[in-house]
Amino acid sequence: MDIKIDKSLDLRNVLCPINFVKTKLALETMEKGQVLEVIIDDGEPIQNVPKSVKEEGHKIVEVKKEDNHFRLKIERR
Amino acid sequence: MSITDHFIEDKVTRIPVKKEGQDVKVDFNELKSGGFIKQRQKDLFTVRLRCPGGRLTTKKLIELARIADKYSKKGVVHLSFRQSLEILYVDYRDFDALVADLRNVGHKVASCGPRVRVPIACGGCEYNPNGLTDTQKMAEMVDEKFFGTSTYHKFKMSFSGCPIDCARTREADLGFQGVVEPAWDEDTCTGCTICSRACKEGAIVSHPETGKPIYDPAKCIYCGDCIRACPTESWKAERYGHFVRVGGKHGRHPREANDAAVFIPDEKVSNVIEKTLEWYKINGKKGERIGTTIDRIGLKSYIEFMKNTFSDATIITGV
Repeated sequence: MDIKIDKSLDLRNVLCPINFVKTKLALETMEKGQVLEVIIDDGEPIQNVPKSVKEEGHKIVEVKKEDNHFRLKIERR
Repeated sequence: MSITDHFIEDKVTRIPVKKEGQDVKVDFNELKSGGFIKQRQKDLFTVRLRCPGGRLTTKKLIELARIADKYSKKGVVHLSFRQSLEILYVDYRDFDALVADLRNVGHKVASCGPRVRVPIACGGCEYNPNGLTDTQKMAEMVDEKFFGTSTYHKFKMSFSGCPIDCARTREADLGFQGVVEPAWDEDTCTGCTICSRACKEGAIVSHPETGKPIYDPAKCIYCGDCIRACPTESWKAERYGHFVRVGGKHGRHPREANDAAVFIPDEKVSNVIEKTLEWYKINGKKGERIGTTIDRIGLKSYIEFMKNTFSDATIITGV
């Protein structure tokens, strides 16, 4: 599955909840249906960011684990 | 409601006192039923208001602020440890007038002494993202139904909406903490491994090849983090309910509550309270908290007594 992305954010070494805030702000600049890619660290960020993204009503369409981080694709809703 | 009917407050005893040369009636029964707490200062009392779950409408808060300003000789209030608003430095000769003013804005005085106190609660599922149960609604219902019921000693109840347990159900005579049982759907799961990362309890580990979850219910504390984190809704809520804890207290000799049952549905909460008070009434003694009764009689007796009430829940074993 290769989902086309419209924007990408590298949020490695960005702490909670700043990583989520940056994700949210990026999504708000995008159109409905567009896809944002974010790279977040394992540990606290992966525990919190997907939950918060879901609570904002967006959809996580792809998750990939790479070394010590995760690559998420989020569809703006 | 047999248990509450049984404990009707004694007859009103009005004692006339003089204030500035005029006769003022003081209802000492109001004092007995609690909510009026003697201060160090001569003639001055703290008046504790009834705020179940610590929630007030802003309109009510404005009214109460006006009343507090009128009656507090020092112009101060205190937020009690159990979420109530207390008006400090109230002259006892003003009690009748104060109670009348409170009645006019539809507010009541709380209680102290050996009776069911105002329940405390966290924000619950209404606005807190962690919340699993509507603790505020439960606290309101319980206050309505059980407040002031006479018991052998104080009887405090608390409602937490999730296992973080901000309302400290382990320190309550009877505590209810929100839980959710997760259920997993293999077909929609993509093996992304987020749930195993989201689970802080080690109850979910991801299969090394497929990434799909391996769930250990023994480690699960039913917080719902997996459900909230799952991108594909493969983790869903099977059922919501309350963890029931009994016999906790803090103070000079703290006692951690006993876990009694888990997954009590909302509609059974009031039965659990009623039945627990009944067991306490049968087995307790004057001046004894329910936790002490459990230590004296044994938890087994309580669980046995509660069996039917806990029928659609899971009783915590190890009794």
